[in-house]
Amino acid sequence: MAEEFEPKIVAFLCKWCSSAGSDLAGVSRMEYPPNVVPIQVMCSGSVSPLYIFSAFNKGADGVLVSGCHPGDCHYIKGNYYARRRIHLVKKLLEFVGLEPERFQMSWVSAAEGTKYTQVIKEFVNELKPLGPQNKLRRNP
Amino acid sequence: MKRTGVFICHCGINIAGTVDVKKVAQELAKHPGVVHAEDYVYMCSDPGQNLIIQAIKEKNLDNVVVACCSPTLHETTFRNTSKAGGLNIFRCEIANIREQCSWVHKDKSSATQKATKITKSAVEKVRRNESLEAISVPVTRRALVVGGGIAGIQAALDLGNSGFEVILVEKNPSIGGHMIQLSETFPTLDCSQCILTPKMVEVSKHPKVKLMTYSEVQDVSGYVGNFKVKILKKPTYVDPDKCNLCDECTKVCPIVVPNEFELGLTGRRAIYIPFPQAIPASYTLDIKACPGLMPIACGKCADVCDVKAIDYDMKPQIIEEEVGAIILATGYDLYDKANMAEYGYGKYADVLDGLQFERLCSASGPTKGQILRPSDHKEPKEVVFIQCSGSRDPENHCAYCSKICCMYTAKHAMLYKHHVHDGQAYIFYIDIRSGGKGYEEFVQRAVEEDGVLYLRGKVSKVFEDKGKLKVWGVDTLTGKHIEITADMVVLAQAMRPAQGAQELAKKLKLAMDKDGFLAEAHPKLRPVESVTSGMFLAGAAQAPKDIPEAVSQASGAAAKAVTILSQERLYHSPTVAKVLSNLCTGCGMCVQVCPYEAIAHKDGKVEVNEVLCEGCGTCSATCLRAAIQVKNLTLHQVHEMINACLGG
Repeated sequence: MAEEFEPKIVAFLCKWCSSAGSDLAGVSRMEYPPNVVPIQVMCSGSVSPLYIFSAFNKGADGVLVSGCHPGDCHYIKGNYYARRRIHLVKKLLEFVGLEPERFQMSWVSAAEGTKYTQVIKEFVNELKPLGPQNKLRRNP
Repeated sequence: MKRTGVFICHCGINIAGTVDVKKVAQELAKHPGVVHAEDYVYMCSDPGQNLIIQAIKEKNLDNVVVACCSPTLHETTFRNTSKAGGLNIFRCEIANIREQCSWVHKDKSSATQKATKITKSAVEKVRRNESLEAISVPVTRRALVVGGGIAGIQAALDLGNSGFEVILVEKNPSIGGHMIQLSETFPTLDCSQCILTPKMVEVSKHPKVKLMTYSEVQDVSGYVGNFKVKILKKPTYVDPDKCNLCDECTKVCPIVVPNEFELGLTGRRAIYIPFPQAIPASYTLDIKACPGLMPIACGKCADVCDVKAIDYDMKPQIIEEEVGAIILATGYDLYDKANMAEYGYGKYADVLDGLQFERLCSASGPTKGQILRPSDHKEPKEVVFIQCSGSRDPENHCAYCSKICCMYTAKHAMLYKHHVHDGQAYIFYIDIRSGGKGYEEFVQRAVEEDGVLYLRGKVSKVFEDKGKLKVWGVDTLTGKHIEITADMVVLAQAMRPAQGAQELAKKLKLAMDKDGFLAEAHPKLRPVESVTSGMFLAGAAQAPKDIPEAVSQASGAAAKAVTILSQERLYHSPTVAKVLSNLCTGCGMCVQVCPYEAIAHKDGKVEVNEVLCEGCGTCSATCLRAAIQVKNLTLHQVHEMINACLGG
């Protein structure tokens, strides 16, 4: 039997909420699949569409952007910009034929280690049946 | 190529138990640019740090990556270690392989692979980092305190006593806040006015405190250490220096409006002094109530004023001040009783809120301390107190617990019994929350000494019946329906952020929580700081609080403000946005999205004010040409980090 497909995921986590939330998941010794490699950014509002395209281009099977809950942004309103921008990027990716499950956004606060764990588990489970992402990969 | 050293911490078995640290070191040693890779049991220990310093010197390292715990814990440690080794602190980066890897995975092989990727990503970042020095700005060593209640007064006193000038701004004609309206305070039954007025006098006579009553903050610009504040001083039409408090003006004033200080239980004239101990001790002419500021409209008050203190030509003034730190102590108001139709508020005169009941108990109140029904001035023999009126009701009202109501309702019932010995007090409650020094004992005292009857359940309806108030409720402990024929009903209304506080928060760009209270920077570790540096929170502006909590938070906020004011200069993180002028077309999209107004147009391009910029990077994600980027987290760096994360 062939080995189960393990998706490669890049997660852009804002420093103040989601990265802190993922730290809390660690401190609380929660367990989630190791498919996600996190990149800490200052704010979800700083996640340029180019980061997302770049990740898919370099072979990511899924990309996650996670920030503070709406209204809780450390930088007042960065996550509102993120929400709008990411909505557009999602539409664009769907338009070019990428499965919508491959690109997700979540709100995880510094107190939500459980939620972060849940988000990662669900994301990995959703990506597994899709197989590798070849649509935007440079060298499939 | 820049020479990078990688140091992998075992953290005992916290990391090494799940991640094969030796393998990570081996893998990293093969990575381009890495000239040194080693592991050690505790990198944060002195010997561990010495390994780093030694390697920097011996291997002539340009950069350091420490793969260890979260950067929130030891980033400062290892940046200082790198500095001790002769590197700029920004030549050190942390790879978080504990919280984000070893602690959340069990399979050693995949955890090791992931740790390798995270560490490589940090290597790719650090080798492209710029060496930066902190941005230094001078500090204006004065403070602004907004709100003259107990929290604001305490904060102003602490700052003044620390030797700093303070401007205390209060929107009402007198300082004192809600505390001056209270009769007694729990759990000691201290007279509220007796313990507050000394502080009011002290703050008003303090040589370092500039008191600005009947004033509102209009605008704040600038940044930590250097705020510019515009304060609107509303005209009182009475010169406090001339006024001798003879009270002749109120005797001739023909206008009567509800008295705010007495919460509408009595009236006041259009010209008034809020209460006898008001500070400043002077009258205010309420322009909204006055028939007109000219002799032809009325002019009676000016006619009788012997000392000519009344000046109809007084104009609003905008006063500009510069301060280094701001404390927000804007306090609370009670939840609008108009929302509590089921309890008959507004319909029945004898349904009161907690603050109105305080005024009835108060020796300086409208009834001179006698508890009487507003409707017929008779002594109520049965009083029903309803807790959680508007609190803990996410469907209809406020979801949160207002925290002080259990205590003040116990106090009200007790005070009632002290005034009306043959009366009976009933309290409907959901739970009794009496955490605090001496609080539980206080509630027990109400039950045991004063025979207060606690009924666990909610009231469904209050309605009038033959001059009395019928209260329908349920006792959930016995499961029985309860009907009480009461003479008075007192609602423990929820606490809300003070009126106008939310508009002020928007002007100051302060974050609010979902209920509109000012948000603290961290719920546990930074409870008195706002998310905007240089602005601090005190009292019920942040969340419902009792007096001791408000006072201690105010002192905490003052101490935090002193950490800024005691400095000659402040240092600001230099990882701010920078403009690549050759790419910038001056379209201004970044100017619009910047939450700090730190970007401005200049000569057809844009320019970043490095002192205002917080480095969030929203501008960089907005720019179509990547012409604005945050230092040490550029697009190029992120691309290379993504590459490393995907094992490329």
